[in-house]
Order: sequence, then structure tokens, then C-alpha cells
Amino acid sequence: MTAVVDIETAMARMVEQLHPMLKRRPLMVGIHTGGVWVAERLHTMLELAEPLGTLDISFYRDDFTRIGMNPQVRTSHLPVNVEDRHLILVDDVLHTGRTIRAALNEIFDYGRPASVALACLIERGGRELPIEPQVVGEHVKLGKNQHVKLLGPEKLELRIQEVNG
Amino acid sequence: MGLVIKGGHLIDPAHGVDGKKDLFVDDAGFVAGVGKAPAGFKAGKTIEARGRIVCPGLVDLRARLREPGLEHKATIESEVRAAVAAGITTLCCPPDTYPVIDTPAMAQMIQSRAWRFELAFIHPLGALTQGLEGKRLTDMEALDEAGCVGFTNALAPITDTLVLRRAMEYAATLDLTVFLHAEDPWLRNSGCVHEGESGTRLGLPGIPEAAETVAVARDLALIEQTGCRAHFCGLSSARAVAMLAEAQKQGLPVSADVTAHHLHLTEHDIGDFNTQCHVRPPLRGSQDRKGLRKALKTGVIGAICSDHQPHEPDAKLAPFAQSEPGISGLGTLLPLTLRLVDEKLLTLPEAIALLTHKPAEIIGVDTGHLGVGATADICLFDPEARWILTEDKLVSRGHNTPFQGQEFRGRITHTLIGGKLVFNLDSAN
Amino acid sequence: MKPGLQFDDAGRLRHLLTIEGLSRQTILEILDTAESFLSVGEREIKKVPLLRGKTVVNLFFESSTRTRTTFEIAAKRLSADVINLNVSVSSTSKGETLLDTIRNLEAMHTDLFVVRHAESGAAHMIARHLPAHAHIINAGDGRHAHPTQGLLDVFTIRRYKGEFNKLKVAIVGDILHSRVARSQIHALNALGVAELRVIAPKTLLPTAVEKLGVRPYTRMEEGLDGVDVIMMLRLQRERMQGALIPSEQEYFNLYGLTPEKLALTAKDAIVMHPGPMNRGLEIDSAVADGPQSVILPQVTYGIAVRMAVMALIMGGSAEPAGGRR
Repeated sequence: MTAVVDIETAMARMVEQLHPMLKRRPLMVGIHTGGVWVAERLHTMLELAEPLGTLDISFYRDDFTRIGMNPQVRTSHLPVNVEDRHLILVDDVLHTGRTIRAALNEIFDYGRPASVALACLIERGGRELPIEPQVVGEHVKLGKNQHVKLLGPEKLELRIQEVNG
Repeated sequence: MGLVIKGGHLIDPAHGVDGKKDLFVDDAGFVAGVGKAPAGFKAGKTIEARGRIVCPGLVDLRARLREPGLEHKATIESEVRAAVAAGITTLCCPPDTYPVIDTPAMAQMIQSRAWRFELAFIHPLGALTQGLEGKRLTDMEALDEAGCVGFTNALAPITDTLVLRRAMEYAATLDLTVFLHAEDPWLRNSGCVHEGESGTRLGLPGIPEAAETVAVARDLALIEQTGCRAHFCGLSSARAVAMLAEAQKQGLPVSADVTAHHLHLTEHDIGDFNTQCHVRPPLRGSQDRKGLRKALKTGVIGAICSDHQPHEPDAKLAPFAQSEPGISGLGTLLPLTLRLVDEKLLTLPEAIALLTHKPAEIIGVDTGHLGVGATADICLFDPEARWILTEDKLVSRGHNTPFQGQEFRGRITHTLIGGKLVFNLDSAN
Repeated sequence: MKPGLQFDDAGRLRHLLTIEGLSRQTILEILDTAESFLSVGEREIKKVPLLRGKTVVNLFFESSTRTRTTFEIAAKRLSADVINLNVSVSSTSKGETLLDTIRNLEAMHTDLFVVRHAESGAAHMIARHLPAHAHIINAGDGRHAHPTQGLLDVFTIRRYKGEFNKLKVAIVGDILHSRVARSQIHALNALGVAELRVIAPKTLLPTAVEKLGVRPYTRMEEGLDGVDVIMMLRLQRERMQGALIPSEQEYFNLYGLTPEKLALTAKDAIVMHPGPMNRGLEIDSAVADGPQSVILPQVTYGIAVRMAVMALIMGGSAEPAGGRR
């Protein structure tokens, strides 16, 4: 089933919330895979000068010993030094907060940023860690057995699936 | 009071017997009649043998009992028990015990210890050189008197060709048989597998075929020169067997045996370093196995032996080259030979001949046949019984066999020594 | 075909004992993972927390500072605790001692053993006796296998040459005693190189080597003709003793890689060596330090490849991938 979320509207909402932050010359960093797609669009819409950073948090996941390596690990790439910079971390869906925890850990292995703000397209509740977004495209209420996935990258589309168990 | 083995299928290749015949054993333990009871025979005991093959007790030309010297691996008692459970009533033990069988006292000691258990007969092979050092000859006449049925340096090489020549000449003087392990020590070097595809793949140092053929060529030249009667132990390569066939054709007094496992396994059975397949000489290629089988059929090879080498488990728990070579083979001698019948290589009487009177002739011992007057060393087996070789079925103390888990057809049910029942499968279970 | 000792029931790689039997897909997965780890070495903090709390024991029965060090760096970059044990061969000439050593370490709850041993098959034997939770990486067993070296070599080739199916590769030197050569051969054949050659005098070529899927050559002039990749092997100086080669001088004349011999290969051929090199014995310094040499990058890539292998064999139970976000 396709969600009732309009991506363009949500994206516009994010741009609006991000605008006040621009005077601090933030660096934008997207989390693989969906977060990078969202970040690429925001990066263009906000006309940021410095290149977009990408993170693959596979090496930082807390469930590695249970589920093992992601067979399609991508390379993390932070083209600009993060030291003392203001960062906007972008992901597609914020759920438990564990991905963000891993991403923060990884960012700090590159250096010590001045601040990190979190921007997500979809906020769906179900947090397991004290992590809250500063920028949200859309809040969605979902059941425990519902799974939301962003499809892309040409045309972004949200898909909500029922998962068993 | 005598014993009658009734209703069985008697196979006695030495006398061309192959059919349903009762066998009569007198109270002194000798065969008294075949097919019909001799006059005045009174059967005190009967063994019901319907559906069984009745044949002479098996003669195994090479089995290490590990006593004296390596009792942590096995003892004479444990291994003669394993022998009779496998239908083997006579076996030869090589002289590479600790101490070496190079004195009459040692030869007698082993026989008398074996005889205490009244199970299988043990015939020692005497050392060809003192301490198997390849330097000085042993007192062969005295050893012969003490019961040695042949002379060998076992796996210890005689590198000095002159010593070998003199040993052969001396043995020929006394009309004794020399048992030879054809293996050039330099070409063998530190090898532990056949030099071929598997060894190359596994990165294990190989023993080339030439290690055997070079030694066979040298030995045959000396046999021709000295006129000595010789027996090659456990040939492993097709080429060596072909050389032997040629020598036999020229009338040289040479015989040979092959181990049961070399007739079935090849270098490829080593798989990923299965130390149970570490044997010496090594398992060779499939062409070699074919050559060995052919030589068996044509009579160039006159006996199948177990080359029994029981080990404690730790001996095989090591990287391949550091593991100890050898298979605990008593229990599989008959089943592996019967497989050759199933595979249509041999007839059943041919197979039994290779385990009975033919090896007996090689050691010159009057056994391995069931003519009237012969010692009643007999085994009975169920040729149709299917069974799987599991650890609990291994009677030998050595459980080192690559055949564990395999299914076999044909199982020993009774073994008699001198007319006395020494193994009965029903009571063993 | 049976999956073999290095896979679990679900067909996942649990140990790395040999490249033989690994599918092209598995090898590529290792190489792709290694690509991602390569960047970790370029960061401010060269560490990721994947193996935090895990214990890795480098168990070296044969001394090799270089290989041990790269495994140590790889494990530390994955945040594992690393213990180095150099067990002198004299105290473990018996196999039971080898098993005893492993059992002792097991009792200390080791998660991964990296084992180097002078005997072929040592890693297989240990793998057969490990408890289910423990893993083993073969860091070289006798003449048999050195799988991480083979993997880092194909990783290097892929980085410089791209696709394998058009490449002609020659492995030069002591093939007979070389575990590196055997692992390279299995890896390159699994990846489908166009042609794989081995070049050595007959004394250093194993019997039936063509059964491994290589074309043997005894003369450099013929074997090097038009190849894209030359993989040199280290010649142990003690080979002079066993009548395998007459002298260093003659070996270098016939099989040493000199600029003249290098000229026989494809114009942009790369030169590799597993190290440590015997300059002037198997390779001329002008070649080793020349523009076609990729010997130093091999070392760098070795760490990323070993990180990838450790991460792949130690991660996860048999649960399907996916997980929570």
C-alpha cells in the first residue's frame, strides 16, 4: 500500500524548517540508502555550496553479532572535515533511533563537530533511544507490525508494508 | 566327541571345494571328513551353518599387534581377539616391535604370549638385520627355528645395497623367504601422500611412484643375482606390479601381497586432510588401483592382507603429515575382499583363496585349507548380512579406520581354532 | 558438492581455511566489503566498533612478523581485543599439543583464532575441533593455503585491472612449496581469469599442477609473453640445499624478474609480490621499485581484506539479514 504522505509537501516542510539553520554554514550528511536520497534533494533545494557527505553505518550497527554484515556495504564519504562544523544529519525514516546512534558514533570517528541536528522525512514513533529530530517532513502513526520503506532514487515513494510477527 | 558344521556352503579353494557340504571335525581339532561323516564319527556338538559360507580361517600376512613396546596402542590380547572376530586365525607380525624381533627369545616370547589366549596363531617375521639397522645380519637359522616364517627389515630401509645382497644370499642359503617393502628412502624423503593431484592440491609432500619402482627394480636385480625367494609387501603402484609380473614371467621366485584398503581407496579419499587415509605406502591414483586389482585377478598378487596398524586416537589427531600412518584393518579384511566379489572382480572362491591358502603358501605354513587331516581353523560368515561399521563394532583397540560409517555385506558369525569355537557373533552381541 | 568445513549448515562462511570451494560470489562479496573498509584506514580515528568485546588470538606456530602485524591491525581496527601468541615449533612438534593449546585458549573464550602453522592441514584440523561459537582464519598452513593473501592479491588486481575475464596472469617461482600460489590459483580461477600460467623450473613445479587449472611453463620468455599480471613468489633460501636449484646466481639469471624480462609482458602489466622480497634473487630492485610495481599497495589492501574476512565470518547467526532501523 502506498502511504498518504505527499513527498513533495514533506520535503518543502523540511526546507522551510532548515532555512534558519543556514547562517551557520552547516554541512549536510545523508545516511545510506534512503537518507542519502532525501539529503541529495535537500542539498539541491537549499543550494548548499559544500559537497554532501554520506554515511554507511553498517560497521557501527549494534545488531552486527545477530544479523551479520550487510552484503552491500557502501563507503562512508565525508568530503569536508567535520571538526567544529555544524552538521545536519539526514535520514529517511526515524524509528527506534538506533541508526542515528550508530551514525553519531561514526561521525565522531571523523572528528568533533560543533553540533549535529537531525532531519528526517518521516517520523514514526517507537523510539528505543533518547533521540529526537529537529526537522521532520511528516509524522506518521504506524502499528508495530508495519514497516515503512522509501523507494528511489529517481522518484521517491513511500511504501508501508505489513510484516508478520 | 566330534563337531559337525552342518548345512553350510563350504568353500575350500585349495581343494576345489565349492558347494553345500557338512564339515566334520574330530575331538583333537582336525578335519575328519568333508561332505560325509567318517566311519565311527560321533557328533557331540553341531554348529548350524545354513545360509552361511564355511571356509578356512583367514591368514593375514601383516598385522601389527603393538606388543611389545607400544601397548598404549594395542596388545597381543586385544588384537588376537579382534582377529578371531574378523575370521582371521593366522597372522604374521612384522619385527618392528620394541625391542625388535631379532633374537629367538623375542620370537618365542610373542608366540607364547599369543598362545596363552588360545585365539589366533601368530607367526612372527624375523628381522633381516640386527635392530633393523640395515647393517648386520641376524641369526636367521636360529630365528627360523624359533618360528619366524620370513625375514624382513619392515619399513626400515636397507640403504646399503651390499647389505641387502648379502642378506638375500644368506636367506637363499637357508631357503628362507625375504619380505620386502619397496620404498626408496631418498625419493620418499619427507613425503606422506602419493605425489599426484591430491598432494599437489593439499600442499602435502608427495611420495613419487618412482620411490616404489626404483626399489622394486633394485630388489628384482638382487633377487635374480642371489636366487633368493622374495615377497613384496603391499605394492601400491600399477607400474611396480607390472615389473613384478614381468619378473614372474621370467621365472623369478617372487610373490606379492596388497592391502585391502589399497584395492578400494585412492589419493582422492584423503579429501580435506583425512588422517585416517594416511597410510604407507600411500594411497595412489585410480589407475594404480586398477592395476592392483588386475594383478589380483591374474594372480601376480597372491594375497590380500589387512596391514593392520592400530593406533590410539591422538595418533591421528594431528596435521596430516604429523599423524601416524596406518589403518586398523583386521575387521575390514574380509568385508573389503567381499566387496571385490560384489564388484565382479573376483569369484567368491577366488576371493577366499587370496585370504587363505595362498597367503599360507607364501609363509610356508600348513593352514588355510580344510582337507582331511588339516587343523580345523575355520570361519563362518553370512554372505548376505548387511551391516554398518560403527565404532562399537570395532573389536581392535585401534579405531583408526577410514571405513567407519560405511555399509558392508558379509559378516563373520563363527570362528574356530583347532576345532574350538573362539568367536560367536550371537554371544558377542 | 558438500559445502565443506568452512561453511555452516545455512551455507554461510564461518571459517576461512582455503579459497578452494569459495564461489565467485563469495569472493566478490569479500572484495566489496574490503573496499568499504579501505576508507576506514584513511580516517582520523581508524577504527570501527564491529568486533568490540570480541577476542582475537593470533596463534603463530611459525614466526611471521609481517602477516601477524597485518592481522593485528585489522582486528584492532575492528575494535577487537587482540592477543598475539608465538608458539615455538619445538614445543609443539606433536599434534596433540596443538589441540591442547587450542583447548586452553578456548577456555578463555576466544572468538577468533588466526592460525599460522608449518604443517599443511593444521587449520582444518583445528576447525574440526572448535566449538560452534569460535571461528578460525587460516593465516598459512604449510604448503597448502594462505587464503587472505590470495584474496588481497585478487583485490589488488581488481583495483588496477578491473575485470578478470580478459586477464592473462603468470605466477612465477617456487610453486611447489608455495601456499600463496595455491590460494592465488583458486581465487583467480574462481574469478574466471582468461589465462593462468605458472612459471618455474621443473624442480619447483608440483606434479600434476595442471590439475589445479593452470598452464605450466618452464621458461620465462614463453611464460611472460603478453601477460597482464605477474605474481612473483618468494624463494626460500634453504631451497638451495635440497638440490632444487643450483645457485642464487643461476636462479636469478633464469627466473629473476628483471626490466628486460618485464618488457616481454603487456605494456601496462603490474608486478606483485607477497613479501618479504629477496632482491636480486627473484626480483630486480629496478622492477620492485619501478612504476609497474604494486607491491606496497598490496600491503595496504591486505589490512582491508583481512578486516572484511573477519567481519564476514564473525557477523551474525543464521538469521536473515534486514533488521531494524
